Amino acid sequence: MASEITAPPYRVIPIIPAIKPGAMEGLKPFVASDKIQEALGYPGELVEDWKERAIAKMGELLTKYRSLKVYLDACVHCGACSDKCHYFIGTQDPKNMPVARQDLLRSVYRRYFTIPGKLFPKLVGARDLTKEVLDEWYSYYHQCSECRRCSVFCPYGIDTAEVTMAAREILDSVGYGQKYANEIIGKVHKIGNNLGLPGPALTDTLEGLEEDVKEDTGIDVRFPLDVQGAEVLLITPSADFFAEPHIDSLVGYAKVFHAAGISWTLSSKASEGGNFGLFIGSYDQLRKIALRIREAALELGVKRIVVGECGHAWRVAYSFWNTLTGIGDGADPADRFALMLQKQLDHRYKQPSHICEVTWDLIQRQAITLEPEANDHLVITFHDSCNVARGSRMGDMMGGQFEIPRSIIRAAANHFVEMNEGTTREKTFCCGGGGGLLTDDLMDLRVKGALPRMEALKEVADRDKVNFMATICAICKTQFTKVLPYYGFNMRMVGGVHQLVSNAIKLGDK
Amino acid sequence: MSVLFAVIFYVAALCLVGGVGYRIYDYARTPAPLVIPTTPAPTTGGGVAFRMFREVVFFESLFKGSLWTWAFGWIFHLSLALVLMRHLRYFTQPVWSWVDMVQPFGIYAGLSMILGLAGLWGRRIFVDRVRYISTPSDHLMLGLLILIAISGLSMKFLDHVDVIGVKAFFMGLMVFDWQPLPTTNGILYIHLSLVAALMIIFPFSKLLHAPGLFFSPSRVMPDNPREKRHVSPWAAKMEAEK
Repeated sequence: MASEITAPPYRVIPIIPAIKPGAMEGLKPFVASDKIQEALGYPGELVEDWKERAIAKMGELLTKYRSLKVYLDACVHCGACSDKCHYFIGTQDPKNMPVARQDLLRSVYRRYFTIPGKLFPKLVGARDLTKEVLDEWYSYYHQCSECRRCSVFCPYGIDTAEVTMAAREILDSVGYGQKYANEIIGKVHKIGNNLGLPGPALTDTLEGLEEDVKEDTGIDVRFPLDVQGAEVLLITPSADFFAEPHIDSLVGYAKVFHAAGISWTLSSKASEGGNFGLFIGSYDQLRKIALRIREAALELGVKRIVVGECGHAWRVAYSFWNTLTGIGDGADPADRFALMLQKQLDHRYKQPSHICEVTWDLIQRQAITLEPEANDHLVITFHDSCNVARGSRMGDMMGGQFEIPRSIIRAAANHFVEMNEGTTREKTFCCGGGGGLLTDDLMDLRVKGALPRMEALKEVADRDKVNFMATICAICKTQFTKVLPYYGFNMRMVGGVHQLVSNAIKLGDK
Repeated sequence: MSVLFAVIFYVAALCLVGGVGYRIYDYARTPAPLVIPTTPAPTTGGGVAFRMFREVVFFESLFKGSLWTWAFGWIFHLSLALVLMRHLRYFTQPVWSWVDMVQPFGIYAGLSMILGLAGLWGRRIFVDRVRYISTPSDHLMLGLLILIAISGLSMKFLDHVDVIGVKAFFMGLMVFDWQPLPTTNGILYIHLSLVAALMIIFPFSKLLHAPGLFFSPSRVMPDNPREKRHVSPWAAKMEAEK
C-alpha cells in the first residue's frame, strides 16, 4: 500500500470539500501485542466481556472527567466544526468531521446513559455497542491527532481531543490498544525515553555532538549529562538526540546556555520530554511518565526546569506538570508532595520554562547576541504546533506562545513571512502526524492530513520564495520531513527555531 | 381542560427546574482533573468572565466557525430572548416597566425567530455535512420551536385570544389559586402544549447546551497552571498512596 500513497491535489480555491462517505473506512493502525499491552497493565487481547467492560469504563470516565460528560451532552450538531479538521479536509470522510467523530462515542453514551437514548434510540441517533462500533472507534479515534482545532470554533468549546482520549482509554481497557503509542510508553518506563536510547548510547551521542560543534565553531560547547547541582535541567524530546533536523535545535539550546553562561544538564533518567500518556488519555500513564522528571529534578538538585522544542511535551509540561508532579508554583502550604520540589526551584523564573522563553529573555537582556545575516540564505515561515498554540502559553501574555517564537526568528533572521492567517496561531493546522499517529502504518492518513498546511506553505513558497518552515515540535519536524516530498517540497525545508538560533548566535565573545 | 393544563404545567415546570437543576449539580460535582482551557485563554477569573460574556451574548466562537450558522443562530436566540421577555407580562402584576417597553419588539422577534429557525433548518437540509450529522431529533426540535412561534404569532395576528384570561390562569398557577383557562381558542391549547413539551424535553436533550456552556472546561478554566497547582480529589488520592 505504501507505494500507492499520493498527496491529494491542492484545492484551487480552498473551498470546503464535499463529503465522501466511507473514504477512510477500515483504516486501522497496528494493534498492540499482548506483551505491549500487559506491560502497561492492560489486557493482552480483546477480552470476552468487552462490551460490559467498555460500558463500565465509559461510566467511570463520566464520573472522573467533567469535560467528557459536558461534551457528550452539549453538542447541538450545529456543524461549525464540520469543516475544521485537517483529516476531514484531506480525506473527505464525513466521520472525520469532529462532530461525527464525537458522535461515534456519543451515540453509545446516549444509548446506555440517557433516558431518550434508552427509550427512543433511533430518534436521537443512539446505537448499541457492537463489535462493528468498537472497530469503528479503533479506526476513527486513530484518525484524530487531538490537535483541538475544532474546539476553537465550537460555541460550547467541545474539544474532540477529550473525546478521542476517552475512547482510546476505553479501547485500552478492553485489550484493544494501538501498537505505536503503547509500545513507546513501554520503552519510556523500561529505558527512559521514547526511542529506547539507553544511557551509554546517549553519552556517546552527546560526546559526538561536542566534537561536531568544536569542529564547526572552534569552541568547546558542552552537552552535559547527569550533572549534580546544575542550574538548569533540560527536558527535551529524545528525537533531539539523533533525528534530523531535530538535532540541530539541540545544538542551538546548548549554544544558548553556553553563550549565556548558564550551567545545565540533561538527565539519563528523564531523557524524554514527550509523554504519550496524553495521547492515550490515561491520567495514570501521564502521571507516571511525568514523575520521572520530578525524580530527576529532585536527585540532581536543579533550580530550573526547561523544556525543549516539542509540542505535546510543552502542553503536558506547561498545563499538567504542576498538577501531576508539582513542577510549578502556587502549591497549598499543606501540600507536602508539591512543596518538596517547589521549595527547591527558583521562582524568579517560570517553572517550567520553554526553551523559547529562556532564549527570548536572554535576547532581550542582551545576554546573548544573534547575527541574523547568518540566516540570509533562508526565507522563513513559522508553523504553529497545535499543542503549543491551543494547549499552552509562553511568557506573561495571552498569546505569548505565538509571539515569542516569532520574535526569536525575527532576531535570528532577516527574512520572515507569515502564512495565511486562517492557518496560523490559534487556527493553525496540525502537521498531520500528532496525537500518536506518527507511525508508518498510518502514512496514507498522514499525507492526506497535511494537505491544509501544505497548501498554505505552497502559497508563500510561490509568492515569497519561502524555503524554510520553522517549528517547535519534534513530531511536526518528523512528520514534515516525511511528508514534504509527497507535495513536491524538499524534506530539508523544515527545522527548529533553535536551528536558526544555532546558525546566528555569537559564541565566545562574553 | 383548565385542570389538565394546570397539571401539565406543574409537571413541565418541575421537569424543567428539577431536570436542569440536577444536571447542573451533576456537572458541578464531576471533577476536572487537568487544566485544559483552549488557549490563548484569559489568565484570571475576571478574564474568564469576559470571555464567557462574549460567548453567551455574541457567540464568539461560532462567529469564528461559521458565519451562516452564527447569523441564523444568533438571530434565533436573540429573538427567543425578546419573546420570553415579552411573555413575562403573563407572570407579573403590575407588569415591570422594562417588560412593558419590550412588548412591541417581542412581536418582531417572533417573526425573526422563525427566520432564524428556518435558516438553521435550511442548513440541515442543504449543506451535505450538516445533513450527514443531523438526527431525527435535530429536525423535530426545530419543528417544535417553529410551531411554537407560529402558533404564538397566530394568536396575535389571526385569531386573538383572551390574554387577560390567560394571564389570570398563569398568575393563579403561580400561587396555587387555580383560575380557568379561556376556552375560546384551539390555537392556544396547541401553543401551550408545545411549550410544555419543550420544557419537559429540555433537561433530557441537546438543549442542555445552555447550562453545559458554563461547565465547559475549555472555556471556563483560567490559563494559570504554572502559577497555581490544580489537583482534583481523585487525583490527590494517588499522591496520598505514595
